[in-house]
Amino acid sequence: MVPFAGWEMPVQYSGVIDEHKAVRSACGLFDVSHMGEIEISGDSAIDFVQFIMTNDIERIADGQCQYTLLCREDGGVVDDTIVYKFNIDRYLFVVNASNKDKVFDWMQQVQAKEKFPDVSIEDLSASYAQIAVQGPKAIDALRPLLDVDPADIRHFHFHLGLLAGEIEAIVSRTGYTGEDGFEIYLDPADAPALWKALTDSGMPHGIRPAGLGARDTLRLEMGYPLYGHELADDITPIEAGLGKYVRFSKDFPGKEVLEKQSREGTSKALVGLKMLDAGIPRQGYEVQSGGKTIGQVASGTMSPSLEVGIATAFVKPEFKTAGSTVEVVIRGRAAKAEVVPLPFYKK
Amino acid sequence: MDFPKDLKYTKEHEWVRVEGKTVTVGITDYAQDSLGDVVYVELPQEGAAVTKHEPFGVVESVKAVSDLYSPVSGSVTEVNDAIIDSPEAINEDPYGDAWMIKVEIASNSELDDLLTADEYQKFIEEEK
Repeated sequence: MVPFAGWEMPVQYSGVIDEHKAVRSACGLFDVSHMGEIEISGDSAIDFVQFIMTNDIERIADGQCQYTLLCREDGGVVDDTIVYKFNIDRYLFVVNASNKDKVFDWMQQVQAKEKFPDVSIEDLSASYAQIAVQGPKAIDALRPLLDVDPADIRHFHFHLGLLAGEIEAIVSRTGYTGEDGFEIYLDPADAPALWKALTDSGMPHGIRPAGLGARDTLRLEMGYPLYGHELADDITPIEAGLGKYVRFSKDFPGKEVLEKQSREGTSKALVGLKMLDAGIPRQGYEVQSGGKTIGQVASGTMSPSLEVGIATAFVKPEFKTAGSTVEVVIRGRAAKAEVVPLPFYKK
Repeated sequence: MDFPKDLKYTKEHEWVRVEGKTVTVGITDYAQDSLGDVVYVELPQEGAAVTKHEPFGVVESVKAVSDLYSPVSGSVTEVNDAIIDSPEAINEDPYGDAWMIKVEIASNSELDDLLTADEYQKFIEEEK
């Protein structure tokens, strides 16, 4: 167990590689209750929600979720989040634990400044535990417990229902692993019972508890961003390669900066690196081309699926061409790496 | 967890097997268990000089990089290259197949402050 944002978090159970492979081939069970939940409700809630996010909430219907960035005026990212739309007047933002208070304060500031007096912003993080069940067999593990066939919940949709006949929950077809799976939000008092029930119903399907370590290697193989690595207050979504979640057809904080960046280019770009020489790239390691510094590693690990060192890195845009070779400086040694498209892992 | 009585130990979680003027070095069962899956190891070249309490190499788990600290000063006479290709041996057999280096020491006084198995076990209990 390690401390993280005020929580005691399991890094691993049976081992990062074992858990990682279980999620890729069968099914893993994650306790991600540390995630923050902020509800926005009231008349004109949709206008406020639409104003604070870079993506377009008008593109989804009730019962759907959407990935979006929240940006500062200078284009830097406050957080990345998934928004759940219950109806036109009620939304749930699932935010990173370490950013939860910052996002809440930021929302209140935007509300005051832009005059949305009828909107209520509530931090419900203490009212929700979150259990994620992820992997090709996740659907089979969940099926005996849920009041509907989980196959009927489409990708990035959610269902408000009952688990094991009595546990009320939000069940969404979402995840952070690149595998099929579900994220379940419920009363923390019910979480131990659901954990136990999923462990039992998933047993014939090879379910295994998985920790933060595997969560990180799984997301990195997919090239999914993690705040503090690929995203930060001084990194914009355009620099992080997340332009498809930014809609210039509407207003949002930072629009001017991001529009300019997408028109004129940025001073850094996020790329994938796959090691050609031995070694494991890590956050902060320097990236070079011909002995000159061109950037820095954002996230790095040994990929359990590919069995090679992989990394995301911010580099000068002229070096982002896939197929080119750069060097990662590992303890003073320049180790060769290839620039590759994301995701690293493809089925 | 296993701590063979015929070995000496350090507070930096290395073990030492003494055979005359040659000592064999590896990491302890406790160290491999704390690290988790070892996926990478970097060792010095044969003939390199190592210094007591100074790093002589690196082990990496999926999540983290850790230095290996030399328990003695001397010169490296043999390197276990097999674990570079199969670092998982460090998890599977830390006192056997996964020995790391052999070092020739100048004098047996190098060994004076190493811990016995009992002392090391007591040390990690206190560290927990």
